[in-house]
Amino acid sequence: MDTQAPLIEIRNLVKHFGSVIALSGVSLSVHRGEVMCLLGDNGAGKSTLIKTLAGVHRPTSGDFLVEGQPVSFTSPRDALDAGIATVYQDLAMIPLMSVTRNFFMGREPVRGVWPFRHVDFDHCDTVTREEMRKIGIDVRDPHQAVGTLSGGERQCVAIARAVYFGAKVLILDEPTSALGVAQTSMVLKYIHQVRSKGLGVIFITHNVRHAYAVGDRFTVLNRGKTLGTYAKSGIQIEELQNLMAGGKELQAVSEELGGMV
Amino acid sequence: MVNTTQPTADLSPASAVKALQDERLKEVSLLTKIMRRPELGALAGLVLVAIFFLSTADASMFSLAGVMNILSPAAQLGILAIAAALLMIGGEFDLSIGSMVAFTGLVFGCFITLTGWPLLLAIAATFVVAAVLGGLNGQIVIRTRLPSFIVTLAFLFILRGLSLVGLKWATGGSTQMRGLGGEGESDLVREIFSGTALEGLFSWLAAHDLIAKFPNGTPTVAGVPVSILWFVGFALVATWILLRTRAGNWIFAAGGDANAARNSGVPVDRVKTGLFMLTACAAALVAILTVLDAGSTDARRGFQKEFEAIIAAVIGGCLLTGGYGSAIGAFFGAIIFGMVSIGLTYTRFDSDWFQVFLGAMLLLAVLFNNFIRRKVTGER
Repeated sequence: MDTQAPLIEIRNLVKHFGSVIALSGVSLSVHRGEVMCLLGDNGAGKSTLIKTLAGVHRPTSGDFLVEGQPVSFTSPRDALDAGIATVYQDLAMIPLMSVTRNFFMGREPVRGVWPFRHVDFDHCDTVTREEMRKIGIDVRDPHQAVGTLSGGERQCVAIARAVYFGAKVLILDEPTSALGVAQTSMVLKYIHQVRSKGLGVIFITHNVRHAYAVGDRFTVLNRGKTLGTYAKSGIQIEELQNLMAGGKELQAVSEELGGMV
Repeated sequence: MVNTTQPTADLSPASAVKALQDERLKEVSLLTKIMRRPELGALAGLVLVAIFFLSTADASMFSLAGVMNILSPAAQLGILAIAAALLMIGGEFDLSIGSMVAFTGLVFGCFITLTGWPLLLAIAATFVVAAVLGGLNGQIVIRTRLPSFIVTLAFLFILRGLSLVGLKWATGGSTQMRGLGGEGESDLVREIFSGTALEGLFSWLAAHDLIAKFPNGTPTVAGVPVSILWFVGFALVATWILLRTRAGNWIFAAGGDANAARNSGVPVDRVKTGLFMLTACAAALVAILTVLDAGSTDARRGFQKEFEAIIAAVIGGCLLTGGYGSAIGAFFGAIIFGMVSIGLTYTRFDSDWFQVFLGAMLLLAVLFNNFIRRKVTGER
């Protein structure tokens, strides 16, 4: 396998929903140990793009390569098996279930022979507590319901779960959009930590500040097309903001409001 | 369990880790742990109801014969309620289980009288028919994305109607089918599905004056009706599946948030279809047990049992919205049901108070469950 090839590379990806053209030629790539920020305003096609990468949608046309090999996913399961884990905005966490049960949901380790095959929940509890400790969340009791965790903690549990189950690429769908300042920094810190482990991260956001804080490269999406990809060294935060909002209008509003947008 | 052992002087890394964990675990109060059990309400309710009847009812209610009297109807309802509870935790309803009891009773009767099959084959075939019908329910719900409440409500009427029509067709105009008891025949399969079990134990207990006996030495209660053993066995297996297996985790996940579960790789549709098949098979089991016991079946079998089963499941701690509940809770819920319905005849109260009592229990249970859910999830 070519280790220099990007973890994920897409070229001219097109997705139509009937007569609606959701993506009309998107290209991007993610490498190991890199945070790739996907920026775009509402309706830019971010959600369609990540759902395509996650195996929920199938592209209408275009190339989709994982580690240099062309792939065609038919379900989210295929994407997971290929090492692409998506942490959705709605978290894919179930508030009424315990942290442990959520952590291992869909991938419960079983032992024993049928019909006595069962999940070793003691082992699961230990792993959960250990993994949570690693990211600095003190889960005193892994049986406590996920509903009792804060938004930032839930986001971190979801990311930790993906990392634990061997994800090579993490797709984070607006992980900070509903969080307060302290919780946002907790999540951003964790994204930084994940990158240093050598994973590739696609960080979707419409908050340029959050993107600039952890991103290595930025791809800006507008009306289903990539406007361009920029390295952090090659672009300033203001420039990025303007690109994302389509330039002029925001500039005008920003000046009106005293440069606070 | 509260750990009361003191940390010892052993300072090996393993014990250090253990001590650290124990210290953390202690911070969860015992009360919180108990509160977190969904069946708490049902257990508390059972204790209250038992106290009520201990103080008002004739003492014979709690004799061995009286307890069997309570448990027999509880067992039939309980088998349905446990299945209904699992389905409810999985996020769906099945209102057709009562009618399913009548319909599978008819199917079973037909297999016995019309085909002349051996009992084992007739029982197996009845379960297959039930599983297919349950699977049909599930597939309609999943494919149409309609609420299961409506889909199974339709089947409540369809199956009840089919039972009537089918009985008239099979018997030449009657709504009752007789001669299904197979009197005099005795084989292992029949032993498992009808009559009483543990007769040897009860005779032994009577011989040693541990339980009441007739003057000739035979015990007044010959044994435990098999339906009660099925009830207890099903409750244990269902609880184990729910709490200790992968399927159990999937049931909680499917009911808690089907979308999130799907995104995490849980085969939600398969889980739900399986649960609909389970409730249908539970109905078939009740049908087989009652048909073999009574030697007949009729079109009113299982009438309104769907509501009683759901009520027992809710009293047992299941949330109507799914994702939370317990099988053992439904077990207790069904016993509360049996105790109240039979118990009132041992008191001076009019037994028609039963329904008032039932409604009040249900309301209390729902309020209590709602409160607990908020506690558990930290909702405000």
